[in-house]
Amino acid sequence: MVSDETPCIRAKALTFAYDKGPNVLDIPELTVNAGERVFLHGPSGSGKTTLLGLIAGVLKPNPGQLDVLGQDVGALSSPARDRLRATHIGYVFQMFNLIPYLNVRDNIALPARINGDRRKRLTLPIDEAVAEAAADLGIEELLDERVTKLSVGQQQRVAAARAILGAPELIIADEPTSALDADRRHAFLELLFKNVAEAGSTLLFVSHDMGLADLFDRPLSLSELNRAGA
Amino acid sequence: MLLLHLARQSLTNRILTTTLTALSIAFSVALLVGVENVRTGMRESFSNTVSGTDLIVGSRGGTIQLLLYSVFGMGSPVANISHETWRKWDEHDAVAWTIPYALGDSHRGFRVIGTNESFYDHYKYRGGQSLALAEGRETEGVFDLVLGAEVASRLGYGLGQRVAVTHGMGGFMDHDELPFEVVGILERTFTPVDRAIYVTLEGISAIHMGWETGAPPMPGEEVTAEEVLAMDEIPVSQITSFFLGAESRAFTLQLQRDISTDEVEPMTAVIPGVALAEMWRGISYAEDGLRVISGFVVLVGILGMLVSIYTSLDARRREMAILRALGAGPRRIVSLLVLEAGLLSMIGALLGVLFVYGGLTVMQPWLEGQFGLQIPIRMLDGVQLMFVGAVVVLGFAAGLVPAIKAYRTALHDGLSVRV
Repeated sequence: MVSDETPCIRAKALTFAYDKGPNVLDIPELTVNAGERVFLHGPSGSGKTTLLGLIAGVLKPNPGQLDVLGQDVGALSSPARDRLRATHIGYVFQMFNLIPYLNVRDNIALPARINGDRRKRLTLPIDEAVAEAAADLGIEELLDERVTKLSVGQQQRVAAARAILGAPELIIADEPTSALDADRRHAFLELLFKNVAEAGSTLLFVSHDMGLADLFDRPLSLSELNRAGA
Repeated sequence: MLLLHLARQSLTNRILTTTLTALSIAFSVALLVGVENVRTGMRESFSNTVSGTDLIVGSRGGTIQLLLYSVFGMGSPVANISHETWRKWDEHDAVAWTIPYALGDSHRGFRVIGTNESFYDHYKYRGGQSLALAEGRETEGVFDLVLGAEVASRLGYGLGQRVAVTHGMGGFMDHDELPFEVVGILERTFTPVDRAIYVTLEGISAIHMGWETGAPPMPGEEVTAEEVLAMDEIPVSQITSFFLGAESRAFTLQLQRDISTDEVEPMTAVIPGVALAEMWRGISYAEDGLRVISGFVVLVGILGMLVSIYTSLDARRREMAILRALGAGPRRIVSLLVLEAGLLSMIGALLGVLFVYGGLTVMQPWLEGQFGLQIPIRMLDGVQLMFVGAVVVLGFAAGLVPAIKAYRTALHDGLSVRV
């Protein structure tokens, strides 16, 4: 388990380049503490996607440069990184978060089905945990719907319910509200905050909508952090 | 279990493509299994052209040749067998019955065969079916004549039709002074029996009276029908071959040996089942071609599936990114796609086998009625099971191609596919 002293994410002299290209990331120092709600912003091309890929373990950082939940991500094998992500990280995309051929229930349950450790984190049987997560996000009536019938707002709630299932330590939300109108954006954020707080998770929220920054504990500007940025 | 669930849902979600792909595999499997079925049916039909006969005996010569002229009505014998020798074996203790065949004459291209009542009693074909008359009666009198079903339908002859019989197969020296009369027509057997005309042994002898020198009788020496009918007994001096039924199957080999070593007359005796199977092997290379072609059709079916999965990959990049984000390793992505391909080919193979059984059930009576081809409906045999298994394995293997592409894409895309 992660103690309060261990930061959720800590990068030190993190550099990353695709193949043999130039560095796209060069971050001298970045720390996100456990339980924090961080607002990460930066223009496109500032390396957001790359940074998220590294934190999530889809991209492999150099050893010793990036710790996530106390683990040196760069020292882990690809399957171990997949496991870390599956067990401890909830991920919400900008849009099109859902597997189109599964219904809402199956979509929410997916991370627990993919990974046994994530399943073990559930305090309830999987069906009940799914129903609870859905209820938390106000979509309990949609459980048996096809996801293709949902509105964008509903889809994002399903994605959020899926991310908080099993209360992972870190939730990464990559511009999850950019497809929503102002009212829904607000409602969605409130729900997200409430659930993240209940789960005690750390929230890394990426957006370029500076109007939202005040709602978070702390804003982080990637263009300031990243010396390789455009 | 998760992968199976995902694969199933993913396939049902693209139901049209799934159905079309499965159908194309199903048709190719149906063709493969169907060809194999028809092949077996053909071989069995062929091997059963004659049944219930233990030996076919003719003058000394090749097995195939004997089979050809006595069973298939092709070619002609080198020599004849004397009437006495045939009688001797007919009365042998181990012999239950014989059917004599006297060949050498024809009518409008169809062979005329001299035989006796034994033919109607003992000749069996295809699993022991006996000959039956569709119309009329068996031959009794010298000038009685029974038509095979095809002869009757081709020549349009009915009962009472008067027929001239030709000496030899040429057709230029008609024995038209001895008109025969149709007294019966056999039911269709879908064997060479349908393509011949049957008379009595005496009838054949009568045609040849006055021809003993091999040349037409001198003017004034022709034998008239009235003279023939006035005879008390018409001598029969020789036959061409005879079919033999032993008292017991156990005597067959001994009889075959004894007949082949008959000191009076050099003869060849063959076991029809064995000889027919041997002959089939000789002409069966065509069926290998059929097999190869249906094999290629299966390959095309699998290739179609490969293409359909491959082309769907681009649309599914997002899906792969989501699965990756939720913690599925690239290997899971590969497994998912391989499983989808495997399921598709399994469904296809199963459907194909069902098609074959369904098709056979519907077509069987028609095939038998039209071509005399009996294709039994039975469990898949070893070879067919192997074919079906190979299709499924091939399906899984084909899934690897798009799967590896997806693996690469997933590694490259990571979580960043923007739609």
